[in-house]
Amino acid sequence: MNYVFEFGWLAQYYPQIVKGVLITLELIAIGAVLGISLGIFCAWARALGPAWLKPIVATYVELIRNTPFLIQLFFIFFGLPSLGLQLGELTAANIAMVINLGAYSCEIIRAGIQATPKGQFEAGASLAMSRFETFRHVVLVPSLQRIWPALSSQVVIVMLGSSVVSQIAAEDLTFAANFIQSRTFRAFEAYMVSTLIYLCLAVLLRQTLAVLGGFIFPRRLVR
Amino acid sequence: MIEFSTWDILRNLLLATRWTILLSLVSFVGGGAVGLLLLFLRISKRKMARAFAKYYIELFQGTPLLMQLFIAFFGLGLFGVDVPAWLAAGLALILWTASFLAEIWRGCVESIAKGQWEASASLGMGRLQQMRYVIFPQALKIAVPPTVGFSVQVVKGTALTSIIGFVELSKAGTVVTNATFQPFVVYGLVALIYFALCWPLSKSSQILERKLNVAHRNH
Repeated sequence: MNYVFEFGWLAQYYPQIVKGVLITLELIAIGAVLGISLGIFCAWARALGPAWLKPIVATYVELIRNTPFLIQLFFIFFGLPSLGLQLGELTAANIAMVINLGAYSCEIIRAGIQATPKGQFEAGASLAMSRFETFRHVVLVPSLQRIWPALSSQVVIVMLGSSVVSQIAAEDLTFAANFIQSRTFRAFEAYMVSTLIYLCLAVLLRQTLAVLGGFIFPRRLVR
Repeated sequence: MIEFSTWDILRNLLLATRWTILLSLVSFVGGGAVGLLLLFLRISKRKMARAFAKYYIELFQGTPLLMQLFIAFFGLGLFGVDVPAWLAAGLALILWTASFLAEIWRGCVESIAKGQWEASASLGMGRLQQMRYVIFPQALKIAVPPTVGFSVQVVKGTALTSIIGFVELSKAGTVVTNATFQPFVVYGLVALIYFALCWPLSKSSQILERKLNVAHRNH
């Protein structure tokens, strides 16, 4: 192997990388907040919601969980314009991520709701709370706390999965890597650097979510 | 301009589906073999082996599969070998699958009660014998549902190989779209084919898990 590694291009191209990292972070921040909100709604609908809503949500969840993210993205970005819905690449990427995370977090959160002891629902009812009030004030927060680690891993998985949004020309970190390799022909180095950045982002995101969990759920879970 | 019927589209997509299935099988079987090796390293008594497996898993689970594909595709080329897309795709998917399966199986092995290890050790069994006759048969039962469940991720993972130019279902979808200008129909069909491949796996994983829970309810 007579290949000389060369990282001199970093000096010239680091603004692209920084921009890519910022867009990746922006995508996952919006994706996580909206995706988990959608997941909470769907979990409520599947576990406690009205009967007519359950099969709709179940179909949505199964469809998303059993098809690749790349195809969902292509369908939204290339397919929907033929129905007259033209989306920018970042909007399409964000919508795809929200829909994707929504389906996965729905199943995770539902597991948390179903692990709630029956006594909690009965206690809520005995205080004359409606079913929804019981869910909102008694069940929801401990349920989220129960599955917070699983939900955090899913957010990290979606962040890593977001590297494919470069395929619809959303300018995330992978897009920056592709751009650099097409300019410098330093493919291996460009992907090596961006892979390491992804690794750092994944570790950082996991830590951040763990700290965030400590803030959102200050009280210990009563079993 | 040539007109394409829905059947024309579907036929071409189904032909490409063969490669998605083949690549999934290769990745899953190869990943299973490497994963087993990693599992042994991960639960070995040697500190170095444990650390190696731990960092391997951390690395492959903490970076995007797409980047791993790119590195396999462009990185192997540095050794002077002309890497075809299928080789890079297969290699990256096997290594990626292995990292997840090893971690899933480690959980299963560690859930076996410590008394089982001690009992088999007291019968004078070596570590390999303990594994082979006592731990594995029990761990295997627990491992089946999550392993089947993960196979769905493998099938979906193969979609990314279209980006480095391996022609499977997703790539065929792109090619057919470029020929027919009907992205809505084509990507809709592609999604349905993936669904048809993955849903039976998801469902059987759920059913297996439920069976397992019933069997273990009295514990």
